[in-house]
Amino acid sequence: MSSEVIEPTGGPTVRLHRRRRRTPWGTVLLLVLPFIIVYCAFLIYPTVRVITLSFTNSDIAGRGHFIGTENYVRLAHDALFWASLWHTIYFIILTVVPNTLVGLVFALMIMRLHRLRGFVMALLFLPYVLPVSVVTQIWIWVLSAAYGIINFLVHLKVNWFQDPVWAMPSVAFVTVWWTVGFNVLMFIAGLQAIPAEYYEAAALDGADRGFRVFRFFTWPLLWPVTSLVLVLQLILQWQIFNQVYLLTAGGPFNSTIVVLMHMYVQAFTRYRGGYAATISIVLFVLILVTSLLQIRLVRFRRAE
Amino acid sequence: MKIRRLSLTSMIVTLFSLVVALAWIFPLYWAVNTSLSVDTKTVQVPPSWFPVPMILDSYEYVIKNTSIIRWYFNSVLTSVVITAAVLLLTVMCAYALSQIKFRGNRFLFLAILAGFMIPGATNVVPLFMFMNKLRLVNSYWGVILPQLVSPLAVVIYKQFFDQMPTELSDAAHMDGAGEMRILFRLFLPLNWGITWALAIILFIASWNNFFWPYIVINSTPMMTIPIGITQVQSWYGIAYPRQMASAVLAALPTVILYIIFQRRVAEGVAITSGIK
Repeated sequence: MSSEVIEPTGGPTVRLHRRRRRTPWGTVLLLVLPFIIVYCAFLIYPTVRVITLSFTNSDIAGRGHFIGTENYVRLAHDALFWASLWHTIYFIILTVVPNTLVGLVFALMIMRLHRLRGFVMALLFLPYVLPVSVVTQIWIWVLSAAYGIINFLVHLKVNWFQDPVWAMPSVAFVTVWWTVGFNVLMFIAGLQAIPAEYYEAAALDGADRGFRVFRFFTWPLLWPVTSLVLVLQLILQWQIFNQVYLLTAGGPFNSTIVVLMHMYVQAFTRYRGGYAATISIVLFVLILVTSLLQIRLVRFRRAE
Repeated sequence: MKIRRLSLTSMIVTLFSLVVALAWIFPLYWAVNTSLSVDTKTVQVPPSWFPVPMILDSYEYVIKNTSIIRWYFNSVLTSVVITAAVLLLTVMCAYALSQIKFRGNRFLFLAILAGFMIPGATNVVPLFMFMNKLRLVNSYWGVILPQLVSPLAVVIYKQFFDQMPTELSDAAHMDGAGEMRILFRLFLPLNWGITWALAIILFIASWNNFFWPYIVINSTPMMTIPIGITQVQSWYGIAYPRQMASAVLAALPTVILYIIFQRRVAEGVAITSGIK
């Protein structure tokens, strides 16, 4: 850079030469270094380290040596890993689409309200701000086998979270209850962005019947939001751990063990740091692929 | 005629929505109801729908016999520090990226964008080893440090700063203001709205964070509130009123924050999710 030095107090010439001012490196470093240090120490370094760890037999303190691809070979033959991957996919199937649909229906419902819009919205969103353990404690009580209020109302005695068939659907249901408010908010933002003229045009075309308007106007115009909601949830639900851990602890008979739980148990109860890192890598790749999908979707959206 | 029909449908829609919304949060009402009742009412058939007589014994018990006050303190401390530190770190970095030309600016921005794609959950094994090496396991810093990384906040601040008119900073430069002064006296005050929205979202997120604190904390007095209340469950078996009392106490801060700052929370969610 060959720009002349200009003092900030140098009067009107400053403005003319602003673009060629010498880079104030001291200020720049002061501004960006704190973030960069934290970013490298707690995001970049662990990400690189998780890759190198996956080729070692480290314990949870990081002591171990290089063992090549042994962990990966072992992972390929780990029946519990494959089971946990399937359970994660099952959980995704049970949550992502239902949660999106329920969110959309609630949003459409709220959009038809006038005076009570804010109130209904607030009630549906409220569970989303609760800590996960509060949510699980409440539902363990509400769905308890003997004296739970739900079993009383439907005249059943199902042990929802410990039943081999119902355990995962129950966790999925609790997840939808907890997080649907986020989707409702997204869809309301999307619906409000649709110009009123579209609906007026639709009405002129004689399409004033609710469902036809939805099918041919609302749904296609809302698709960018819908796809964003779907992908955001997918990224999140690959990492499912908390609710399952707190509601079923992986049971009954390991039927609800998910990938992150398998990693957690290997790392923090069996102290196999290297092997746990290998499981993390698989999850990392799955999420990375999903994120790339999201970037493509966003680009697609911007291009339109 | 048409007007009457319309208002009838809208009344039905309103009524239906209200019923759905109230049914949706019924479990919350049920938790409060149980927390205000005596133990024996939880095994009563048919169940008692209202907390009559209302008793506060479970709350008293939880406050006196568990470390819940300490967990509250831990949560307030870590969440406030995380929120304030993240805002400070990201606002400074975003200002430099947006307003100052320097070699590597573009590269740095892309590197931060790439950080979006790294899911925090898959890094916990090396993070734990790192914290162990720094002897920060089971400490406040152990909880706080890994939660300070928020590339998203940098990108959001940068977007807002990019929209500021260039005349504004030019004028400030002419008046002899340094970059720091322009950032903290001009740009930050002009972007209080987004700062508030981010602050509330960050605070709720760190208050509610479960996975990392659960891993890095291993003693009861150091637990944050979401981890601590799971202990109430394991200590008292199925004493539901006490469990519900601890759950209600744990939920209160975020619920109150949400009720007060409803608009800001909605705004923050919309901005951080990329819809706005």
